[in-house]
Amino acid sequence: MNRYPVWKYILIAVAILVGLVYTLPNFFPEVPAVQVSTSKATVKVDQTTLATVEGALKEAGVAHRGASVDATGVKVRLADTDTQIKAKDVLQKRLGEDYIVALNLISSSPQWLTAIGALPMYLGLDLRGGVHFLLQIDMKGAIDKAADRYTTDIRSLMREKRVQYGGVAREGQNVVLRFREDAERNKARVEIEKSFPDLMVREQEAAGGELRLVASLKPEAQKRIQDGAVQQNITILRNRVNELGVAEPIAQQQGGDRVVVQLPGVQDTARAKDILGRTATLEIRMVNDEAGALEAALAGQPPLGSDLYTERSGGPLLVRRQVVLTGDRINDAQPGFDQRNNEPAVHVNLDGTGARLFKEITRENVGKRMAIVLVEKGKAEVVTAPVIREEIGGGRVQISGRMNTREANDIALLMRAGALAAPMEIVEERTVGPSLGKENIDKGFNSVFYGFIVLALFMCAYYMLMGVISTIALSVNLMLLVALLSMLQATLTLPGIAAIALTLGMAIDANVLINERIREELRWGATPHAAITAGYERAFGTILDSNVTTLIAGIALLIFGSGPVRGFAVVHCLGILTSMFSAVFVSRGIVNLIYGSRRKLDKISIGQVWKPAAAPAPAK
Amino acid sequence: MEFFRIKRDIPFMRHALTFNVISLVTFLLAVFFLATRGLNFGIDFRGGTVIEVAYDHPVDFNRLRGAIDKLSLGEYSAQSFGSSNAALIRLPLKEGVSTAQLSEQVMGTLRADDPSVKLQRVEFVGPQVGRELYENGALALLLVVCGIAAYLAMRFEWRFAVAAIIANLHDVVIILGFFAFFQWEFGLPVLAAVLAILGYSVNESVVIADRIRENFRKMRKASVETVIDNAITSTISRTMITHGSTLLMVLSIYFFGGETLHYFALALAIGICFGIYSSVLVMAPLVRWLGVSREDLVKPERKKGPEGEKILP
Repeated sequence: MNRYPVWKYILIAVAILVGLVYTLPNFFPEVPAVQVSTSKATVKVDQTTLATVEGALKEAGVAHRGASVDATGVKVRLADTDTQIKAKDVLQKRLGEDYIVALNLISSSPQWLTAIGALPMYLGLDLRGGVHFLLQIDMKGAIDKAADRYTTDIRSLMREKRVQYGGVAREGQNVVLRFREDAERNKARVEIEKSFPDLMVREQEAAGGELRLVASLKPEAQKRIQDGAVQQNITILRNRVNELGVAEPIAQQQGGDRVVVQLPGVQDTARAKDILGRTATLEIRMVNDEAGALEAALAGQPPLGSDLYTERSGGPLLVRRQVVLTGDRINDAQPGFDQRNNEPAVHVNLDGTGARLFKEITRENVGKRMAIVLVEKGKAEVVTAPVIREEIGGGRVQISGRMNTREANDIALLMRAGALAAPMEIVEERTVGPSLGKENIDKGFNSVFYGFIVLALFMCAYYMLMGVISTIALSVNLMLLVALLSMLQATLTLPGIAAIALTLGMAIDANVLINERIREELRWGATPHAAITAGYERAFGTILDSNVTTLIAGIALLIFGSGPVRGFAVVHCLGILTSMFSAVFVSRGIVNLIYGSRRKLDKISIGQVWKPAAAPAPAK
Repeated sequence: MEFFRIKRDIPFMRHALTFNVISLVTFLLAVFFLATRGLNFGIDFRGGTVIEVAYDHPVDFNRLRGAIDKLSLGEYSAQSFGSSNAALIRLPLKEGVSTAQLSEQVMGTLRADDPSVKLQRVEFVGPQVGRELYENGALALLLVVCGIAAYLAMRFEWRFAVAAIIANLHDVVIILGFFAFFQWEFGLPVLAAVLAILGYSVNESVVIADRIRENFRKMRKASVETVIDNAITSTISRTMITHGSTLLMVLSIYFFGGETLHYFALALAIGICFGIYSSVLVMAPLVRWLGVSREDLVKPERKKGPEGEKILP
């Protein structure tokens, strides 16, 4: 009666085997490594890079313990941290600015484990050290900027269509136009509605009989602008984070208007904050094309007031120091196409002052070249240097020629990078030093380890062989839980480790229930076989109920929790699932294996079953 | 080895009134302390900055305070954390101060004062995030209470659901009462512990409720009191051993888990101890008073539920 069909044993064996394999990577220590990746779309990290990396290291005489390439980049394992730093320097010098060379720790588990996706558990920042920022994007700022942009656009539209208007100005998040005549106002309204479908226009009579037209963004357009702002800010943050040389940075949206940035292993939080909060400046300057000036500069004697730069195409370019326009005059820059010849182009939108200045510059410099220079970290880079073909008014500029679609994208991004789409503010910060992370791992491990030992000793002493079986089931539970966490790559935090300990403490409940029930059945005079069957079957309903209620609490935490507490909830929920399997299924399997084959079973090793002298017979 | 050798059913129900008065008094005390002292919310809920620093020698607090005072940040607290070599500095939110830069300022000053200082941890929570965490915590609590009540009502009967929820909320209030009385810091991990306890404590009520239902089937002639007494007595061994086991683990977290998990483990330990008491001595009398009867639980034969199969002669 206490026998399992073969398939159940096979199922248990398979579960344990899979659990073992996926738990295995956690036992291999982490080794220092250098990771090479790139943030540039034009640069690829592949076998060629791997060859370059290996070559460079060989040349410099840096011994490594294997290099490989995968989706995240080239990884080189090294013997110790000194060689790691040496290797980083060698590679950064050799590979140049296009690549990010970051220090990292990678598991030393064998290749075949990595190949089947068996990775160690993913440690949270509180365990590995690092920085976590939550940045809030000022959405009002984004809308204000959009309104600014529309003010410029509407002004040039009015001029273009020769509408007589009194003035255009931004008031809050609306654009307000003033008119003297009703007919002109109607004309303006029609034109605005035709050209800007995102705007909602309504008429207003102000005090003193002034005729006004108020244009505001439609709700769906507002939403689009806000989403765009979040996306743009994330893109810019990613670019900046890449500069920090972090191995596995995270920059992603959270909720409607927030961005999470996680930088594992970063020590220098001051620098991280500095780089995240920095605004690169974009400058428009004139190219110095006086005869002989460039040659002089190349010879090492640049003319006074000019700097020598390298264009993206590689050619030298002499640019005057005087800044004619700064990047904060740029409202927006988008990649697109030239309407005349369908070539890729970048459309730039300037604000009112910028438009006026730009008109003057272009009028005076037709036929000359201007350089758009991005200054970041005190280092200047020429984004593009177009030729001015004609006077450009109205603040809408198109840069085209000699670029492909990808370059147009890059240039637009770089021009936008001059300023974030909307201001951001750090609303949450959690920084954990590396030594604390290491301590936290040890503390977490110790709590699980000592708790488990004491619990196992007690179970074995109190329930004898059944206690040993319960302990085995508990170990299987622990192993499956770790395997599941490794498989899902769920983030393990210190509260998460506490949850492992707590889950084990709670999981033993199922075995206690079963063992107590068996003892009780024996006390009432049931045969050992019947007692085992009844013990498991009766206890199961109770175990199910109590696990469901615990699961409800876990899920609520999972929904509403954040950060480390979420880590707690994940482990808690998974632990309940694995404990159901191990406490009921696995322990029963072992019991059946031991006792099931004996036809005549006189006694179960479950410790003393005390019978009162005058046992009250169970009421019938 | 068998710890619990109980010859006769313990007449829990006879003393039900006494137990309920005791728990009512504890409950009211907890509410009193919550009302008068309030919870000492951590920065997770209140917002602010916490900086943990470590030195390679015992912390000289006078010197540390002296250094921070130079920044004139207003009110702050500095105390030792875990070991005598570590200090925890708490800075409240301040209007108009760029809080993100605050930790850099403090660290800069401390480093100038004593170069052996090492930054262990910085936590900064803005006012808005704090408020959200607070609201989310309250929502989570509500979701757990409703979820468990709904499940128990479906699985057993509404009287059990009501009694179990009252008994377990009583645990939660008592844990909170402890935190209010001792002014222990109430942070996110403690909230997690409270919710975990809520789920865990209900286990106890479920086990007893299960046994009451089973007894109603088996002990056809016994009175409701006898049935409940027997259910509690026959599960008491399991109750004590299970809670003991869980408590072992929690104590292990308390002793080895470090300062960060200190209050988390403490909340769990209090919850486990009161969980035993409340499920046995609060929930069962409540069920009785709500007027549970055999007919409520034992459905007529034709309506054989999943439990129906298990009825033994």
